[in-house]
Parts: sequence; C-alpha cells; structure tokens
Amino acid sequence: MLEIKNLHVSIGERKILDGLNLTVHDGEVAAIMGPNGTGKSTLSYVVSGREGYEVTQGEVLLNGENILELAPHERAAKGVFLAFQYPVEIPGVATMTFLKAALNAQRRARGEEELQTPDFMKRVNEAAARLGVVKEMLRRPLNCGFSGGEKKRMEILQMALLEPRLCILDETDSGLDIDALRVVSDGVNALRAKDRGFLVITHYQRLLDYIKPDTVHVMARGRILRSGGPELALELETSGYRDYIGEAA
Amino acid sequence: MNEQQIEANLMLASFFEQRKNDAASDLRARAWETFSRRGLPNRRVEEWHYTDLRAALRQIAPLRAAEPAAPTLARERSSCRLVVLDGAFRPDLSDLSALPYGVRAQSLREALAQGEAEVLAALAGDAKDAALALNAALMQDGVVLRIAPGCVLERPLELENVVSGGAAQSVYTRSLAILGAGAAATLLETYRPLEASGAQENRALVLSVGDGAKLEHVATISKQGEDAVRVVSLLATLGEMSALNSFCLVEGGGLLRRQIFATLNGANADVAFSGASLLRGRDHADTTLFVRHESLGGKSREFFRHIVDESATGVFQGKVSVAQAAQKTNGVMQSKALLLSDGASMNNKPELEIFADDVVCGHGATCGRLDADQLFYLEARGVPEREAEALLIEGFANEALEHVADEATREALAARISAWLSGREVLQ
Repeated sequence: MLEIKNLHVSIGERKILDGLNLTVHDGEVAAIMGPNGTGKSTLSYVVSGREGYEVTQGEVLLNGENILELAPHERAAKGVFLAFQYPVEIPGVATMTFLKAALNAQRRARGEEELQTPDFMKRVNEAAARLGVVKEMLRRPLNCGFSGGEKKRMEILQMALLEPRLCILDETDSGLDIDALRVVSDGVNALRAKDRGFLVITHYQRLLDYIKPDTVHVMARGRILRSGGPELALELETSGYRDYIGEAA
Repeated sequence: MNEQQIEANLMLASFFEQRKNDAASDLRARAWETFSRRGLPNRRVEEWHYTDLRAALRQIAPLRAAEPAAPTLARERSSCRLVVLDGAFRPDLSDLSALPYGVRAQSLREALAQGEAEVLAALAGDAKDAALALNAALMQDGVVLRIAPGCVLERPLELENVVSGGAAQSVYTRSLAILGAGAAATLLETYRPLEASGAQENRALVLSVGDGAKLEHVATISKQGEDAVRVVSLLATLGEMSALNSFCLVEGGGLLRRQIFATLNGANADVAFSGASLLRGRDHADTTLFVRHESLGGKSREFFRHIVDESATGVFQGKVSVAQAAQKTNGVMQSKALLLSDGASMNNKPELEIFADDVVCGHGATCGRLDADQLFYLEARGVPEREAEALLIEGFANEALEHVADEATREALAARISAWLSGREVLQ
C-alpha cells in the first residue's frame, strides 16, 4: 500500500534523503531504525506533506497513487496519519473542538456525512477510556499542560478516532517512561488491522519489545541500507549503528 | 498651528461656551484649562505617539442640535438596559422601571443640576490626559448609576452607548457607576453605531469600586465607519479588598483610542483588564492603559490579544506603576499580536515603573504570524489550510475570552469573533 521509490529530498542545499526505497504492505508493521540525523523524521514529514522539503526525484505511492502533489489535509483524508515526535501545543483551541474539526474535515473530503455531536462524543469517550485519557484532558486546550506521556496518548487517541490506513509513528517512545510506553504501545497494537500499515520510526530497540514489527529496516545517510525480520532489531541492539555509519557513501 | 487646527480649536471653544455654567462649572473650567494648555494630542505627546488625534480631528463635527427620534434597538440579552443615544441619556429607551432593588440611575445632566458631592468627587478624577480633559469640559450627558452598599445584583446592568448615523457629529458623554462597599454587580457596556458614520465620539466611563465591592465589566466596541474617530476612556478607582475584572472586545472601524486609567487606592485590591481587538481594512485601534498601585498588596493583571489583518494598525501601551507604599504588589501584563498580512502593523509597548522594593511584576509582549508548526499539525490531521488558520486565529482570540467570568457572555463574544473571522478575505 505504501511504496516509496528512489526518493531524493533536500532542504536548501543539503541533501537529506538519497534514493530511498521502501515498501509497507497492508497489515504490516515496518520499523525503521537508524542513528540520529539520518533523515528518519524528514521521511515522516515528506510522506505527510510538510512544506520546506524539496523532492528532487522519486515517488511516494499510497495504494498506487502518487501523493507528493497533495496538500497535507488531502493526504490525511486518504489515510495518512503522522504521530508526532513532539505534538504541538495549541493554546485557545479546545481539544474537543480540534478533534471534531479534524474528523469531520476528513469525512467531508471523502464525501461522507459529518458526525453529529452525540455520535462524535460517544466515539471520543470510548477511545479515551481505552487509552486512559481522562475527561479533564479533553476539556483543556490541545496538548497544553499535558505531560510527555499524555501528549503521546492523545496522538494515539487521534489515531484511533481517525482510523487511518497508514500510521507513521515518529519516535513515539521519546520522553516516555515504561508505564506510558506500555499504554501507548497497547493502544497501537489494538489498532493493528489487516488493512492498516504502520511505519514505526525509532532510535532504540526498546519500543519494538512492545510493538512487535514484521519487518525492520536500517536507515542511514538518507537511504535504507538493510532490511530483515525482527531479529535485525536485536542485532542492532548489540552491535549498534557503527557498521552503517562507517560505510563510505 | 495651521488654519484647520485653529478652526478646530475655535469649534471646541464654542462647545465649551455652551456648557460651562452648570454645577460642574469649576470642574469643567479646570479641565478646559488643561485641554487648552495641551491641545489635541498628537505624535509628540509620548502617550499618544502612535495615535495622532489632532490629525484625525482637523475638522470638528458639530454637536447635534436635536435629539433623534427613538430608534428600535435590538436587544441581545436579557438585562436591565440604560441607553445613551448620541449625546444624551434616553429614559424612553431605558428600563428604568426594571432597575433592581438597591440601584439608582439618573442622567448626568440631572445629577449635575443637583450638584451632589459624591458625583462631583467621582467626576474629579484623573484629567492630565488632554482628550479626557476635553471630555470633562464638554460632557453633555450620561448615566449615573449608584449601587447601594452590600447590594448583590444577580442580573447584569447594561449601558449602551449608541450613535446615530447620518452627517458626522461630535459626541461627548460621561457615565458613572458607583459601587458602595461590599456591592457586587456585572456591567455590560456597548459602544455601537446605528449605522456606520464619521461620528467623532469622546466617551468616558468612571467606575468607583468601593471597599470589598466586586465588579465584572464587559465592553464591546462595534465596527464603525472608516472616518469615525472614537476616544473611549475608562477611569477606575478601587477601594480596599475590592475587585474589578474588565474585558473589552474591539471590532475596529476608523480610528479608535481606548484608554484605561486605574488606581488601586485601597490595600489588597485586585484588578484585571483583558481584551481582544479584531482589526482589518484601514482600522486603527489603540489600547493604552495606566495602572497605578498606590497601596499595599494590590494585584493587577493585563491580558490582551490583537488580531491585525490587511492594512490595519494595532497599538498597545501598558504602563503599570507601583508607588513606594505599594509593597507586596503583584502585577503581570501580557500583550500578544497576530499579524495576518504584510500590510498589518502593531506597536506593542509594555512598561513598568516601580518604586517599591518588595514586588513581583512582569510583562511580555510579542508580535508574530501564524505558527507554521501549529498549522502543519492541524493540516496533518485533515483540516484544510483556511480552516486551520481560522481555528488558530480563533484560538488566539479565545485565550483572552478565558478572562470573562460568565459563560453565556463568553459564548456570545466567541460568536462575534467567529462572525468577524468569517468575513476574512481570501487572498489566494
């Protein structure tokens, strides 16, 4: 469902992605591991449509359609969801207002009927209960005054509510203690489905103890250097990224 | 001084001749003397540096000779309403018979004719500002509201300042609300035109909040015509343990100067001013406030949001001064502006002047554009760009609304902000 072909991306003069190829199938959980500064976050932003990145070559196909020309909200309506490494605080915008605006905007874009308040509330409350998101959090402005763990839970709550086809988790484990990591991982695991793919970007093996990947890709210097099964993550845990950084470009 | 300015001064002097002989004659004469010495404020006067009233008032509009017939005034909420139309209090448009127990209302004209000491004392406040002095010298009428000590009002009182349309006119009014010790009330205040015009309004509201009294004040200043000139002053004095929470929504239109002069006379008084300005076109809106802590343990909060679009100009000047006697003062001031176009501008100037050594005071001011990270976050969740912008702008203004205590009032204000936003031009 997600196919990235020979993707080259620059920011200004600096080349970040250098001929990256990657496929994530329906129902697959693919992990991308790699040292800092190799373009993992750039990859997540380019797929979700953030401005400021210049794609000089290549394609990003979602279910066969190249999405690179689409605006971020159009990609979201087609099922792309990015769980942010650092969810943004938006003072003055109530969490509920935001959730409703997002859900209904996607439904409109897909030609579906907007959800009415009671139905919407029911869905939010169910998802919130599963993820241990307290009502008080839903009443506050979006992500404001939330702890790191609360922010990540809110990301997963949005994921559950929006039911995307492709979930990109960008360093979701950063800033989480073990308890929060378990709650967030359980939330993600509950969303695994045969028509939904996951791209789990992480620096450490730890997250993959909780979210078991089907495939593991090692990314360094702007491309995928090696792919394998879950055992690759364990291998990296002992050997580190040294071998990949060392390879001459 | 050029010819037009000489003519403007002569016009104002003739207004003064018409009303210098009532019970407030001493007060008027002193105020006129202050005004004559200073002249109309212009850019060389520090407090008026960003708003040139002299240039805006080259042509002084005449006073209206006859009172207009009673118009039908839409009623937005259930409240006890008092109406000042153009330069006169209008009992025929007001709910005088529905005033709650413990509240007295009369016209300023009548109060001055009776010459009550309490009224004259409340009027005699701060008049160093030339525009305010002009208001004191020329005040035509207004409402005098007295709320008895200990009287706690459940329903809000509403003071409507309405200006009729047609040919440009000058309007000078001054109203008073005097809260006795321990009284509690909500005062809603509106400034609005019946139809857009180039009226020149100079209106003032004097709030005297007695010891232990509590006042919630919510003002709205509606859109006016491009040629309109409005000076809206708020003077507040606070007694011991009293509290004033004042919010104002400004919708722009022509030139507007809103100025607040607040003095915390009694110990442990608590004052909060907040507001949101929505400016577009060639709107020029200036909010300038002076908060003086004169006594021990006072608390002051100022929280303002300005949304400036197209070629509009916003001004915020906030000066908090803490006298030597005002130890244990706690003051926080924040003013943030959101600029939505290249032509929009904002002058943001907070100031502190502290003579006491044991105080906690801070201020912050920012001007910026919509935050790219916030926009992308919303868009990545499926919200289209325009809608995402609207959510952020609304959220920015809503932060100021959080300072309004009453939920229904807050919702009504939020609806006005959304309505303003929906009129935003799409420049794409």
